[in-house]
Amino acid sequence: MNHWNFQQLHETPSQTGGPYVHIGLLPHQAEIECFEHNYDNQLVQDNTQGERIRLEGQVFDGLGLPLRDVLIEIWQADANGVYPSAADTQDKKADPNFFGWGRTGADFETGFWSFNTIKPGAVPGRKGSTQAPHIALVVFARGINIGLHTRVYFDDEQDANAQDPLLNGIEWAPRRQTMIAKRKEKDGEVVYHFDIRIQGENETVFLDI
Amino acid sequence: MSELILGAYAQRNTDDHPPAYAPGYKTSVLRSPKNALISIVETLTEVTAPHFSADQFGPKDNDLILNYAKDGLPIGERIIVHGYVRDQFGRPVKNALVEVWQANASGRYRHPNDQYIGAMDPNFGGCGRMMTDANGYYVFRTIKPGPYPWRNRINEWRPAHIHFSLIADGLAQRLISQLYFEGDTLIDSCPIIQTIPSDEQRRALIALEDKSNFIEADSRCYRFDITLRGRRATYFENHLT
Repeated sequence: MNHWNFQQLHETPSQTGGPYVHIGLLPHQAEIECFEHNYDNQLVQDNTQGERIRLEGQVFDGLGLPLRDVLIEIWQADANGVYPSAADTQDKKADPNFFGWGRTGADFETGFWSFNTIKPGAVPGRKGSTQAPHIALVVFARGINIGLHTRVYFDDEQDANAQDPLLNGIEWAPRRQTMIAKRKEKDGEVVYHFDIRIQGENETVFLDI
Repeated sequence: MSELILGAYAQRNTDDHPPAYAPGYKTSVLRSPKNALISIVETLTEVTAPHFSADQFGPKDNDLILNYAKDGLPIGERIIVHGYVRDQFGRPVKNALVEVWQANASGRYRHPNDQYIGAMDPNFGGCGRMMTDANGYYVFRTIKPGPYPWRNRINEWRPAHIHFSLIADGLAQRLISQLYFEGDTLIDSCPIIQTIPSDEQRRALIALEDKSNFIEADSRCYRFDITLRGRRATYFENHLT
């Protein structure tokens, strides 16, 4: 007996995005000119509020080699911690110049990926709590049967991170640091470095959301 | 009660999906976490998602027969694929972004890393996108993709398939998968399909021939419905915020 069958449809099963995921999701990277408006890794518009940051890193497999065919998406709140989504129930207006979502592919040679975005504000957690600033991130690629979800936190938000319900819910405290990006300044730009290790030593925490 | 208050999405049933580590699909061996996923209670982060606007779509974005055609029509079987996107409780999923990509009639992809000998088609790109309407309905037109060989075992062949991606109302619904075509004998031997544990769920990825919707002297038609996770309603305490 399976209680999941109780008068419900089953979710369509996941399959890998495969090695050519770029054709559909980033046609420019596959050198296909098909659409007038293409989605990309630039979340910042001229009038977007908040601190400009660059989020970058690589994704490594179980041998420590970078995935050069990986596709990454991020989803985040605006500078005031409001999501540009009808499902955000806070009575606050989201930044009208912020879309909150972006998509990129790792470089085919180096495996580096990056986003230009803003640092998100703190978002309410459950039961009146507050979550530390974070960016939700999903990884799709050949060899990955179901998209891997994680979160990016910031190493200059130590106090907020120490109070964050999700981080504190990770029983193996040393694993929490795999979700914390490292801030540095590069050519006057604020850069957060976030490497993702899919398997093995210092394996990134992945979430069932 | 005047207004419906929505709670979290129902838990993903992992038995309905492939495991991360599936040694028959060899690439998964070094690209699967060793640790178990950590299940979290959902927050605003997981129940929200971006809103895409159909204004940004071109008129041929869902027409793969014409959206890359240069000096003529692409070669291959003309087909229409259509269906409904619903959540697991049967509600239509409106304004979801559906993106598709595929090989051409030869089984060859327009991608720098595809070196298969099957011929390229100068009039076929292989990508399209659309939004579901208020009923959760979507439709696109394309050339039926050919099967193609790949190096898993050395003589491995994918059945004809179209990749698809959905971004709907909540991050928790984010889904990428592949649809196959009714009657393709390669379906039974494909190690990527075999990563799905149940026969019932494998069948959920097979588009069915929709004969009454064939268009005479023009196109055949396949019907393919998609189910996403659904949200439960809240009638007592609301702990989401």
